Amino acid sequence: MQKLLIGLGSLAAALLAASPVHAQGAIKIGLIMPYSGQFADTATQMDNAIKLYVSQHGDSVAGRKIEFIRKDTGGIAPDIAKRLAQELVVRDKVDLLAGFVLTPNALAASDVSAEAKKFMVIMNAATAIITTKSPYSARTSLTIPQLNETLGAWAYKSGVRKAYTMVSDFGPGHDGENGFQKGFKDAGGQVVGSVRFPVANPDFSAFVQRAKDLNPEAIYVWVPGGVQPAAIGKTLAERGIDPAKTRIFGQGELTEESALKSMGDAGLGIITVYHYDYNHASAMNAAFVKAYNGAYSRNPDIYSIGGWDGMHLIYEALKKTGGKTDGDSLIAAAKGMKWESPRGPVSIDPETRDIIQTVYIRRVEKVGGQPRNVEFDKVENVKDPFKARMKK
Amino acid sequence: MTVLAPASAEPHRYLQAQIRWHGLEIAFWIAALLPFLLFKTYLVLASQIAITALFALSLDLILGYAGIVSLGHAAFFGLGSYTAGLLAKLGWGEPLTGLVIAAAVAGLVGYAASLVIARFRHLALIMITLGMGLLLHEAANSASWLTGGADGLQGVRMWPLLGYFRFDLYGVTAYTYSLIVLFLVFLASRRLIHSPFGLSLRGIRENPVRMPAIGAPSSAHIRKIYTISAAVAGTAGALLAQTTQTVSLEVLSFQRSADVLVMLILGGAGRLYGGILGAIIYLVARDQLSGFNPQYWYFWIGIMLIAVVMFLPNGVLGGLAWLRAAWRGKTA
Repeated sequence: MQKLLIGLGSLAAALLAASPVHAQGAIKIGLIMPYSGQFADTATQMDNAIKLYVSQHGDSVAGRKIEFIRKDTGGIAPDIAKRLAQELVVRDKVDLLAGFVLTPNALAASDVSAEAKKFMVIMNAATAIITTKSPYSARTSLTIPQLNETLGAWAYKSGVRKAYTMVSDFGPGHDGENGFQKGFKDAGGQVVGSVRFPVANPDFSAFVQRAKDLNPEAIYVWVPGGVQPAAIGKTLAERGIDPAKTRIFGQGELTEESALKSMGDAGLGIITVYHYDYNHASAMNAAFVKAYNGAYSRNPDIYSIGGWDGMHLIYEALKKTGGKTDGDSLIAAAKGMKWESPRGPVSIDPETRDIIQTVYIRRVEKVGGQPRNVEFDKVENVKDPFKARMKK
Repeated sequence: MTVLAPASAEPHRYLQAQIRWHGLEIAFWIAALLPFLLFKTYLVLASQIAITALFALSLDLILGYAGIVSLGHAAFFGLGSYTAGLLAKLGWGEPLTGLVIAAAVAGLVGYAASLVIARFRHLALIMITLGMGLLLHEAANSASWLTGGADGLQGVRMWPLLGYFRFDLYGVTAYTYSLIVLFLVFLASRRLIHSPFGLSLRGIRENPVRMPAIGAPSSAHIRKIYTISAAVAGTAGALLAQTTQTVSLEVLSFQRSADVLVMLILGGAGRLYGGILGAIIYLVARDQLSGFNPQYWYFWIGIMLIAVVMFLPNGVLGGLAWLRAAWRGKTA
């Protein structure tokens, strides 16, 4: 028993000694992301952009050094995300929280941000309500209604009157469906039918056939990234749905770089809505993509741009407060901040603390023999429509 | 009489010897208070360890003692979580009654499930429990009007514990609450396991056909322990929902069922402290390794598990017991 106590005592001493002592005066940023597991690649893309931003803009702001503490949630785990946020605040004494790829995790950590009065930057998680949970949070990615309601309204404007929607049967799919239908119906369009298929769906042909039988002018599709976009793209082509006659709409994941590669020519003509693509034509984006490729040998995606602009918001807010890191000063500095991003002009809505940005309408076309998302229309200064309605 | 006396006194004495508190046990529970003094900023982790330990204990009751394999125990954990979470969301945020109701709901469903469970063994059980777990997960996903679906349950607000202790940022209330519940349930389980009922459970584990032959009804006993185990798992789930004030689909996931099984095997199944020790080792290792290397920490967890299974087939506790026996043998 005595031995055990001595053992426990020395273990305790070792653990105490191992806890890191940080340099005085550094600004500590706690990054909470799914570094391992199913969403690891998303976190990698975001973290790459964060590292790139720091390497280009220096690792100190307003005379104080920037330090990162990275924490892994391992996937969707709000209980772990909340604990990590609590530990970052009480143990590591971070000045602000950032990252947040997944909605449930961002929602859980928002409680901590609100209670501890810590500035929190959401760099991806896209469910509309997240920023309402903490008065100290701001978002630099997107909201699902922001993209999909815009697409719905645009679809009507472009001449479509009857549309069909098909989505994966889980949260993000429902949000996409609601967004598109809302935007489309409010503009005057008619939804002639809709279907929700299981998330882990091996075969889309029956669903696509059902849509085809109704002969809609357009089909809206929402499936999670990975192997499904290519699968549904091929099924649509096999079932003889010609994008020239029946238009196919979707959110940008449907035609992201890897999906387009495996879809091949089947993807041509699909119209998607997104806020960023590495092909976006601007000098700033060209430089960003070049630097990103130089450092990581791949193209940046929406997670990278969320991380990049998130860091920009943090750096600029810190410059504005002169290095003061309390939640009230930082959120006040962040509200209404405007800047030019590789994706185009963006700003933080002073009322909702959510991002206001240009939403692009793109069509898959062959550029130099390769299928690419080609921007052919855009809607500027789009606010999150969901929170605009909440206010009323 | 004189002939019968020793025969009937013998099992009593055996049970009484089992139930006596060992010095190491007392030391263990005192050590459980150490985080309050030494690791004040680790209390949130400590509370989640206590909750996971309680969950592992519930699995130990059926797997370790009655030999009922389960790959879907998170079903009951999740039921408890959603019950407690929904109660709080609907305006009843009182933790203690919430905990009891959650345990009751999980216990009831556990009883219903036990009617099926008691008829099968081994591989069939793995399939059935796995299936039940997946069914419940999918049901919670599609009932998003009730559960909040993939975004998780929103608006869970707990009242202060006993009307006074708020669930604070440091986790003082969370750990105190979780530890007390763990200790009370542990006491009850300890009493249960060292009772004649507990002995007959071990009999069922060793030979389920023979037990009815000597007058112990296997099925009835399995139904009882399965219901109890489900209620304990539900309690653990409710604790997690209450202390974190979040509930998501992940509480019902296969990953959670698998993790708790791994922890139990790591610590040593069929020993009361097995699940608790397994939870401590697994979660502390996870926390330290993932802090040290957020991307590839699973590699080290894998190495640890392989090492334990290779060198300590009965878990860490089994290994310690073997060492102790070997040491005694040498000194004797």
